Amino acid sequence: MAWFTKVAPGLKVRAETRVKVPEGGLWQRCPDCSEIIYNEEIEKNCQVCPRCLHHFRIGARQRIEMTCDPSSFVEHDADLTAADPLDFRDSKRYRDRIRGVRRSVGENEAIVCGMGRLGGRPISIGAFEFGFLGGSMGSAVGEKVARLFDRATEHRCPAIIFCASGGARMQEGVLSLMQMAKTTGALAQFRRVRQPYLPVLTDPTTGGVAASFAMQGDVCLAEPKALVGFAGPRVIEQTIRQTLPPDFQRSEFLVEHGMVDLIVARPQIPETLGKLIDLLAG
Amino acid sequence: MLHNPTMATYFLPFEKPLVELERKLQELKEFGTGNRVQDEIKRLERRALRLREEIFRGLTRWQIVQLARHPSRPFTLDYVPHVFDEFVELHGDRRFADDASIVGGLARLGGRPLVVIGHQKGRGTKDNIHRNFGSPRPEGYRKAKRLMRLAERFERPVVTFVDTQGAYPGVGAEERGQAEAIAANLQAMMELRVPIVTAIIGEGGSGGALAIAVADRVMMLEFSIYSVITPEGCASILWRDSGRAEQAADALRLTAPDLFGLGVVDEIVREAPGGAQRDSVLTAGHLREALIRHVDELGALEPEERVNRRIAKYRRLGVFHEEQR
Ligand SMILES: [Zn+2]
Repeated sequence: MAWFTKVAPGLKVRAETRVKVPEGGLWQRCPDCSEIIYNEEIEKNCQVCPRCLHHFRIGARQRIEMTCDPSSFVEHDADLTAADPLDFRDSKRYRDRIRGVRRSVGENEAIVCGMGRLGGRPISIGAFEFGFLGGSMGSAVGEKVARLFDRATEHRCPAIIFCASGGARMQEGVLSLMQMAKTTGALAQFRRVRQPYLPVLTDPTTGGVAASFAMQGDVCLAEPKALVGFAGPRVIEQTIRQTLPPDFQRSEFLVEHGMVDLIVARPQIPETLGKLIDLLAG
Repeated sequence: MLHNPTMATYFLPFEKPLVELERKLQELKEFGTGNRVQDEIKRLERRALRLREEIFRGLTRWQIVQLARHPSRPFTLDYVPHVFDEFVELHGDRRFADDASIVGGLARLGGRPLVVIGHQKGRGTKDNIHRNFGSPRPEGYRKAKRLMRLAERFERPVVTFVDTQGAYPGVGAEERGQAEAIAANLQAMMELRVPIVTAIIGEGGSGGALAIAVADRVMMLEFSIYSVITPEGCASILWRDSGRAEQAADALRLTAPDLFGLGVVDEIVREAPGGAQRDSVLTAGHLREALIRHVDELGALEPEERVNRRIAKYRRLGVFHEEQR
């Protein structure tokens, strides 16, 4: 029963469909509606297809930039990175794999965290970088999430996390699993100060992240059509030996089954977060 | 169900030499007479003891995985009558169903009333289907959470037994919010005001195990395992070959001594010589002794202190780099 869900290869499929039509990379084909669109146009629309509203995956920094008031974000714990406590090795040593990913992705870990402002109010915010080993949670990610809640407790301000993760990071073994408990503990302390914690589930959020702080929010938001679930679809298909319908485990499916409060299109997310914070703790 | 050594009818390959020796001994005891036979019995007994020590001292991680999954290994309900003095099983999550892959109820541990919750695997096809092979669906976790709340209301400690390959990855389980059910249990256990003691008795399979294993004290039976993913699952992702599970078991470091070394478990509980499947009653006795000790120690703390220590304990888990500034 795979806990670390196999969504990482799924990203590859998506990335491949995002074919740059020749001539200089000014265009791309939307994987959903197949329209050819100007990159500039997608950029202006928060990386959302203006024709069919397909949400392209975006990186952590872009996400934070879209959410926080201009130049209000101050990063914390930027130099916190993975160790290799198990001396883990598959085809590569884990420590070498981390070194390679840090270089190719340009981030030190799978989440970027810090303090920012939203509509003038302070927020403790974090966003997952799915490109960094499938946004997987090892000890460093767990510690960064815990500290995100600590800062929210200290400043008595809302906490916001944009989730995008395949789950626990296998290469740190049971220590990765324990990050689910560790983050839950930091959140438990934060819950005492009566400020909202608002997770935003983005494509994809599964495994150990879904089964911990992603699903422990006071109000739970999701982007349209994001894959959200405990087990990855491939694992389920192998178990039940059937093909799953395309809408299975998508945000709309979760709302229908009562697991998510509301689906919000990317351009409206900051405004919606602000409104919720106002209504809960304004 | 009574579980005793005679039930162990299946043997792992590495147990074979020992089992053959024990059979010979048994035959001699039944049919042999005279002094020379008595001497022979004594000699074989000494040899069996030495052989058992030799085999079980040098077990590989993969052999321990096999022991943890031994078909005759005692399950939660095999231990309950020997660990506790009384037990009333309670059913249902009050939301959807009664999930038989998690059992729970009220029990008494040497005069201490408490709530016990555990994963439950099945024996044989029919029982296994009933127990869903020990893989809970959301209703199982919600039943567990309901029983924890009951414990809190009546100020009773919670004892949990962990033995699952993992939470069930099925369509219905996803529809009913498997991720939410696990997440909610982690939160409930982290905030629960009464003492919580967990024993990993067989397989501790990822989030499906942790969902009833956030505790003040976590113990592991000597030949149990606890991991973020099964060795097979790990191997099929890393090498696209589930046949390399043995190698994955080594890489994952999932045995009791491994986890004790990482600070994830607080105590390793001894099993009967040759593994719990050879004597569940003796193993239950070891569990009982440890449970009483931990429940009493934790009972001496104020609830707030207990919760804060629990949070702090998990806060310490994990290894990472941070450049000093
Ligand atoms: Zn489109």
